[in-house]
Amino acid sequence: MSEHVVSRKVYFFIFGALMGFTLLTVWIANFNLPGPLNAIVALSIAVTKGTLVVLYFMHVRYSSKLTWVFVCAGLVWLIILFAFTLSDYLTRGWVPITAEPWAH
Amino acid sequence: MAAEHTTTYGLAHHFDDIEQQREAGTLGMWAFLITEILFFGGMFMAYILYRTKYPDAFANASAHLNWMIGGGNTIVLIISSLTMALAVYYSQVGDRKKLMLFIVLTMILGATFLGVKAYEYHDKWVHHLVPGFRFNWEGHGDPQQVQMFYFIYFVMTGIHALHMIVGLGIMTVILIMAKRGRFTPEYHSPVEISGLYWHFVDIVWIFLFPLLYLLGAHLHNQ
Repeated sequence: MSEHVVSRKVYFFIFGALMGFTLLTVWIANFNLPGPLNAIVALSIAVTKGTLVVLYFMHVRYSSKLTWVFVCAGLVWLIILFAFTLSDYLTRGWVPITAEPWAH
Repeated sequence: MAAEHTTTYGLAHHFDDIEQQREAGTLGMWAFLITEILFFGGMFMAYILYRTKYPDAFANASAHLNWMIGGGNTIVLIISSLTMALAVYYSQVGDRKKLMLFIVLTMILGATFLGVKAYEYHDKWVHHLVPGFRFNWEGHGDPQQVQMFYFIYFVMTGIHALHMIVGLGIMTVILIMAKRGRFTPEYHSPVEISGLYWHFVDIVWIFLFPLLYLLGAHLHNQ
């Protein structure tokens, strides 16, 4: 298995897509969308741009399965970091504390 | 085997062949980048929590940042990622002159980004928006909560800028190595691996830009 040389055409195409998504996210940010929609749209576009960079500029699409495992492991741990922390902070106050065990 | 090793340029003795060496180098770099993802992840976590806690102050504080400067810097970084990707391409096909040209272009764009960042920091200093140093906020929102936004803004963009400075140092080394003719189409892992680092720093900014600059952009239209 020899190294995959990504053609310049692919790089320019990805570059164009990244520029397009940047303009799109700036344009959409001017509207006050209902609820958390602004954040959802902005993050979806950022995730798409990041994925394009990882797959093409960083060659992960053409890399070995082991490289994929490494990249995915990083994302899994990031999700654990966010999910476990938020499961604490966002749920505080959901269950009212009826008795304080230390107060007699 | 031993005889073959001495004839393959750039191959360290503990690897079977250049392909295995390249794979090991790429994996090692990704292992490092995962620690970087989690390093920045902790700061993004702090951002998420405080933004959830103080949504209005964060939107108002964000609206004070100039999204046109931030957007311009985003475009500068994306172009630098393209020139970096092309530098890797020219190292793969063995075009030393173009490799050096695109490394230099990448460095110029990186320095441009840092220059604009310095201008922004100076602007924040002039307007008393550096947390802890005569911080003063007269716009909408609780000043203490707004100050928290600027704490997060300065730490995240500061650590990102530090990564850019390190990146410029790495590119200087790569440029010198390229000038001395150290890279061949078979052996150019240093260019490839430095490129991974550069693109990673670009990705961090791709997330920082909407979260810090665009969060309050809609307030300008009200």
